[in-house]
Amino acid sequence: MSAPQTANRIDTRFQQLHADSKRAFVAYVCAGDPTLDRTIDVVLALEKAGADIIELGLPFSDPLADGVVNQLAADRALRAGASTQGVLDMIRKLREHTQIPLVLFTYLNPVYAFGYERFHHEAAAAGADGILVLDLPPDEASQNAELKPAPDLRHIQLIAPTSSPERIKQIAASAEGFIYYVSRLGVTGTQTSVATGIAEQVAVIKAASNVPVCVGFGVSNPDQAAEIASKADGVVVGSAIVRLIEQNGSSPDLADRLLAFVKPLVDAVKAV
Amino acid sequence: MSTATLPLPVMPDTHGHFGRFGGMFVPETLMAALTDLSDHYDRARKDPAFQAELDRLLGDYVGRPTPLYLAERWTEKLGGAKVYLKREDLLHTGAHKINNALGQALLALRLGKKRIIAETGAGQHGVATATVCARFGFDCTIYMGKVDMERQALNVARMRFLGAKVVAVTAGQATLKEAVNEAMRDWVTNVETTHYILGSALGSHPFPMMVRDFHRVIGVEAREQILARENRLPDLLVACVGGGSNAMGLFHPFLNDEGVRMIGVEAGGEGILPEKHAARFQGGRLGVLQGTKTWLLANADGQIELTHSVSAGLDYAAIGPEHAWLHEQGRVEYTYATDDEAMGGFQELSRVEGIIPALESAHAVAHVKKIAPLMSPDDIIVVNLSGRGDKDVAQAARIVFGEDIFKM
Repeated sequence: MSAPQTANRIDTRFQQLHADSKRAFVAYVCAGDPTLDRTIDVVLALEKAGADIIELGLPFSDPLADGVVNQLAADRALRAGASTQGVLDMIRKLREHTQIPLVLFTYLNPVYAFGYERFHHEAAAAGADGILVLDLPPDEASQNAELKPAPDLRHIQLIAPTSSPERIKQIAASAEGFIYYVSRLGVTGTQTSVATGIAEQVAVIKAASNVPVCVGFGVSNPDQAAEIASKADGVVVGSAIVRLIEQNGSSPDLADRLLAFVKPLVDAVKAV
Repeated sequence: MSTATLPLPVMPDTHGHFGRFGGMFVPETLMAALTDLSDHYDRARKDPAFQAELDRLLGDYVGRPTPLYLAERWTEKLGGAKVYLKREDLLHTGAHKINNALGQALLALRLGKKRIIAETGAGQHGVATATVCARFGFDCTIYMGKVDMERQALNVARMRFLGAKVVAVTAGQATLKEAVNEAMRDWVTNVETTHYILGSALGSHPFPMMVRDFHRVIGVEAREQILARENRLPDLLVACVGGGSNAMGLFHPFLNDEGVRMIGVEAGGEGILPEKHAARFQGGRLGVLQGTKTWLLANADGQIELTHSVSAGLDYAAIGPEHAWLHEQGRVEYTYATDDEAMGGFQELSRVEGIIPALESAHAVAHVKKIAPLMSPDDIIVVNLSGRGDKDVAQAARIVFGEDIFKM
């Protein structure tokens, strides 16, 4: 893994959080849902609510690791015309307003079609800081010359409850930015309870890695957010926010509603 | 003839790559299950007891070996090469799909899984899976696109009688690709108790290799049968290719036989125009879908395109990775037959030989109709009749007679 030359916004943000003894709040939304223009308002509202990092979905037609809420969001975005170039252009505009760390969250095929290296290059130039490709495990990245991690972006890796200790070591060894621990089996989507064994798994991951560990999959209310924040370096909230956008996408109050929903989640995380 | 240098290397490598194709492009949540499946399959295929049990059931329960039938009247009508049909349509449940479903069910027993899920397009893989689940007492859920459920209503009813739960998938174009997505989502969620019997030579490693291996029996038998009958190998093999399992099964045992030409027939739908066909080597591009790197139909942004075929079993945006590799090697040629040509093949084989082929297999039949007359009477063609057409009769009657057979 090659180290980037300049400071990365993700690293800088985690350094600040560490200095302040605070946990990170990571918010996921799908770029282009309901439109690319509104995504700029959505990200700014999330920043105002106190989010530390934004995971920005680059929509894919066949998101097999996502549940129905994120799948429908990708459909809406694609129908509204969210092209890969359009998403990169939107990020460039977003950077006129904010320096919040941005992680692109997507599947391999859109990246591959754009050109794997070219995508990294242009996404970084537009202002993205990291990338998480759900269906690109580190094994394939290391075995395909054309999929070698490009230094422009931090490569965020997933670890699952089913990942063996050996595999955790292997993934953690090449981890950059932060590790996303998927706290339960299944696709993305809100859950009524927090999965068990999180603290133990986070401890195993942290023993093998020196990057922060964020935990997600199913967080939808402040109690869950606080519970997870007490066990990890950060909490990821996705589907609950995406659902709010689904319900209020065309409302002029979208930004206010997002603020009202997300602020209590952030506050719960920051109180830990 | 083949432009490849023979013998071909053994494929795939230990990580499931067929050259630059294939692999394991899956989320981390599935890696443990796929590795476990790979390990168990590796042990099973080296275990004579596993093979003996599979062979016994393939014989007594499934009805192997299937005949290699010389289609005399059709050969005469075509006026060229001698045409043999490999009669996979005579198998229990009506298509080659059960070879793989049975193999994987035996493997699921070894994995200690109690629940089986599968996707299905034409319903043949769903019926085969529901059948082996009934036979071994597995809980069974089949994912099927809503559009496919409508055009294959008979198979939906069969699955229900066999005790399977059939879940309608309404996302996207509601056909095979969406059913695979839904089955994968189920598997990600229930991976600890559930085995996913993928129905074609597709998806992440080890599926393309394992599905091919379970269907190799088709080619192994055909090779012995033609040698016994003609005392020589055939000049040409023809099979339809959706994901490509029946074609891999027939082709694989002949790959290193220099004089044997092979043609895979994709679905040309209404013609090679965007969203009107499912012929990945015509206007497709290299990409990654549902766990594997292969040729697929996508737009410039990598978004998967809609596909169309009269045959639900061929109506899929990606081709199995080993086919992508064989295409690149120049070992197998790929062409397509349109909906109309397939309907022509369907009717001709029914009338001339008294054999109603599945609409999938009718694509291979349609290509033989084109090519056999151009060949010499000394040439031999073996075409894989991968399934029977009973399931397609209602749809074909609508197309050919303009009649709804359920309202007569």
